[in-house]
Amino acid sequence: MQLIRCPWCGPREEVEFHYGGQAHVAYPDDPAALTDEQWARYVFFRDNPKGAFAERWSHSAGCRRWFNAVRDTRTYRFLAVYKPGEARPEVAS
Amino acid sequence: MRVDGYGRIDRSRTLGFTFDGRSYTGHPGDTLASALLANGVHRIGSSVTLGRPRGISAAWSEDATGLVQVEEPFPEPMLLATTVELVDGLVARGLGGQGRLAEVADTARYDRMHHHVDTLVVGAGPAGLLAARAAARRGERVALLDDRPEPGGSLTGTERIDGRPSREFVADVVAELATHPEVAHLQRTTAFGRYDDGFVLALQHRTDHLGADAPRTLSRQRVHRIRAGRTVIATGAHERPIVFADNDRPGILLAASARDLLHRYGVLAGREVVVFTGDDAAYAAAVDLADAGAAVTVVEARPQAPAHWAGAAADRGIPVLTGSLVAGTEGAPGDGRVSAAVVTGADGARTVLGCDLLAVSGGWNPTAHLFSHVRGTLAYDPALGAFRPGEDLDGVAVVGAANGTLDLAGCLREGASGERPPSADGEPERTPGAIVWRVEGPHDRQFVDVQRDATVADIARAVGAGMRSAEHVKRYTTIGTAHDQGKTSGVLASAITAELLGVPIEDLGTTTFRPPYTPVAFAALAGRERGQLFDPVRTTALHAWHVGAGAVFEDVGQWKRPRYYPRPGEDMEAAVLRECAAVRDGVGILDGSTLGKIDVQGRDAAVLLDRVYTNMMSNLAVGRVRYGVMCGPDGMVIDDGTVLRLAEDRFTVITTTGGAAKILDWLEEWVQTEWPDLRVHLASVTEQWAVFPVVGPRSRHVISRLFADLDVSNDAFGFMCWRDTELDGVPVRVARISFSGELAYEVNVNAWYAPAVWERLLAAGEKHGITPYGTETMHVLRAEKGYPIIGQDTDGTVTPHDLGMAWAVSKKKSDFIGKRSFSRAENTDPLRKQLVGLLPTDARTKIPEGSQVVEFCPDGALPAPPVPMLGHVTSSYRSAALGRPFALALVKGGRQRVGDVVHVPVGDALVPAEITSSVLVDPEGNRRDG
Ligand SMILES: [Zn+2]
Repeated sequence: MQLIRCPWCGPREEVEFHYGGQAHVAYPDDPAALTDEQWARYVFFRDNPKGAFAERWSHSAGCRRWFNAVRDTRTYRFLAVYKPGEARPEVAS
Repeated sequence: MRVDGYGRIDRSRTLGFTFDGRSYTGHPGDTLASALLANGVHRIGSSVTLGRPRGISAAWSEDATGLVQVEEPFPEPMLLATTVELVDGLVARGLGGQGRLAEVADTARYDRMHHHVDTLVVGAGPAGLLAARAAARRGERVALLDDRPEPGGSLTGTERIDGRPSREFVADVVAELATHPEVAHLQRTTAFGRYDDGFVLALQHRTDHLGADAPRTLSRQRVHRIRAGRTVIATGAHERPIVFADNDRPGILLAASARDLLHRYGVLAGREVVVFTGDDAAYAAAVDLADAGAAVTVVEARPQAPAHWAGAAADRGIPVLTGSLVAGTEGAPGDGRVSAAVVTGADGARTVLGCDLLAVSGGWNPTAHLFSHVRGTLAYDPALGAFRPGEDLDGVAVVGAANGTLDLAGCLREGASGERPPSADGEPERTPGAIVWRVEGPHDRQFVDVQRDATVADIARAVGAGMRSAEHVKRYTTIGTAHDQGKTSGVLASAITAELLGVPIEDLGTTTFRPPYTPVAFAALAGRERGQLFDPVRTTALHAWHVGAGAVFEDVGQWKRPRYYPRPGEDMEAAVLRECAAVRDGVGILDGSTLGKIDVQGRDAAVLLDRVYTNMMSNLAVGRVRYGVMCGPDGMVIDDGTVLRLAEDRFTVITTTGGAAKILDWLEEWVQTEWPDLRVHLASVTEQWAVFPVVGPRSRHVISRLFADLDVSNDAFGFMCWRDTELDGVPVRVARISFSGELAYEVNVNAWYAPAVWERLLAAGEKHGITPYGTETMHVLRAEKGYPIIGQDTDGTVTPHDLGMAWAVSKKKSDFIGKRSFSRAENTDPLRKQLVGLLPTDARTKIPEGSQVVEFCPDGALPAPPVPMLGHVTSSYRSAALGRPFALALVKGGRQRVGDVVHVPVGDALVPAEITSSVLVDPEGNRRDG
């Protein structure tokens, strides 16, 4: 079981966290202006890279705050954590 | 047999035990295995597939053969006789490869403990003891774990360390560790798995060795959950058997195990001993067994015996047959114990050496399991003929024999971690061993995994079938998958596979070790989370009243909710029909406290609710209530409920019972990740408010009688309004919300006052025949009105429009979660499944929920298979109001098909049913205002 470093609480056990899917998928500014296909891309399509992946996590059994993390999907290792609104950091995977 | 002057058992006390129905004695300090061998019992059981006699093949947890079922004092299957500590009154029997779960409940207690340490040392042999002492001296917080009853690892007591007997060295280090308050030293504790970030799980046996004296207050086993900054793996090595014909008989032991039995328990496992080895260490066994009185012959695979040991053997008259191999064995009639070793000499000649103990050493396999658990790669070491840790892992040190270091001096040096290592006095230098994995012979009698009855012939079949990797051969042959997880057979399987494939073993590699290192009972993993403590039970403030009223409960998530309140002689159907009639004809009362309640506060509270509900909430007046639906971005309904506006900047959001936590999470997620600019705060108040709907045409009388200050007229207190009042100074909020179509008042009160207010409501309603009702009646009443239960009548593929709730979808709001999806082509298809009513035309059959809906061809026959499915039944009940059963169903294009007759398979029959509107009772809504 990994330790995940909550940006507010520090390292905590993995079971305290909840996964929230790909990060930086913003809600569209004007959904009504989108085609069905553009809207479906927002709703249904997510990246599935092998390697570094920016994800949303929630410290659901701790401070209950959301944050972002870059995780290597090959090793599950967290490469970086950062707060919502911050840019994805450059990290080597 | 037991020999005087050896062993650390307590001979002053005698313990009685029973094995396979016969009585024996042993001593404190014995294991079941040592006591059996002391009594001359060598056959323990039979092999799982072939039924061959099997005995004890090693002295500790690497034993592959000595499986027993313990019956008393604590019934448990599939234990190794070598790891069962003897207690008075122990009853056990040998197994034929499979055990039997106890039929009585396990009344023992299991628990867990958490540790956070700088350094975790696994193994209290010479290397581990020194590593722990060095860390303790540095002032670190340390955990030292060891799986045997006493520390010292493989030290037999014959060695000398720093000029003194090795057991004194062990005692000194242990005593020093005990002076450090931050050192946890645990024996009988097996680190069985290592995971990410220095996380190790260990199982401690706490009471079994105490027998009947075990205090009931102690947990039997404890799982230690250890987070370590650094892990020192000092787990030693397992001696490796050699594969030859009939190598599975009782009386064939690993050489160091035979020596361990002598020095630990005073047991000489045979009088006529053949030692078969290509490794120096087995000579120590040969010499010690001879000194204890056995007649010993050494069969040495190497052309020359090491000089030091050749001399020691000569001194004792031990013949050493160099350049020789044991190719097979003979067995005794009866217990099948080995009676002779068939030896092939350097000249190729066969000799049959009579023996009752064949002690084998093929060298050593480092116990690198914990290293492998976290994907540390193991590299082949040709000097060892085995695999050892082949890379550096962060936060891990592997020392001593686990690292492939087999001499005591080397173990002491590696364990000392930079401190001055103690000296290993008089230790002869190790000479290179001969790597012998297998001696040529008949494949089908050469056992590789003795526990699985898997032979070289099985590996040959796997290779013949095209298996080319160690992992595939393992799964094809099952080698390494038994109780012992291949502790002694794994390297042999790789070596023989490589031999048969004609590739170097280093190219083939070995299988990955996986947790657990030794078997762990589910009871230990479960710990205290069993029975009542398995999952929290949530009860409402009225639970005691419900129990007293004879309620039958149902589980709704973690909640216990009254399902119905049967009167004497009533079954559920009768009780529910009575409760339903009471509500529609008079007045009923429900404990609705489990509904989720979220306090939404802040300047932008209304903005948030407009974005998450399909309908408009910002134009709701203070004092009013509105029903709302929430959807995901895909437009599918995720929850529904009512919203009370308490103030311009404050709402109470009511969710379904099951959706309470999920919807709070959902709102927080959007607020934190998409709309952090909104000034809004969310808090669960589910537990703080008790809610009692008082429902039925006479509910107004009950409410007006109890709350004299409240004007309950329709004009003053209309439908979907809430009013605050009080009862003897206790604030009460009453809301006109109806989940049944009847006139109804939901009474909300601080949960502390819930029992008192409930009793007052019952008293006020007594002359109106107020009837407590449960969730089943609530479900029937709402279904008669076509109100869906999210999660029962929906399944994540249902839009508000599918439910006939287009009226709850705002057309004024420019956007809300889900809005854009409603106009997707898929969601405007007129053939989407829609919620409708179904009335079985026989007016008698209650259609099972989940049934499929089909229709006949115009000619009255079923279509050819596969029969198209039109939808399915989501809710089905008997209705007191309708006097017949009815159902709700999701049916393709259902709302356009009202009046059509479809069919529902029920058992072998096809039940005709008419599609109707989903609202079957009071479609005009006349009953709402009483
Ligand atoms: Zn946190």
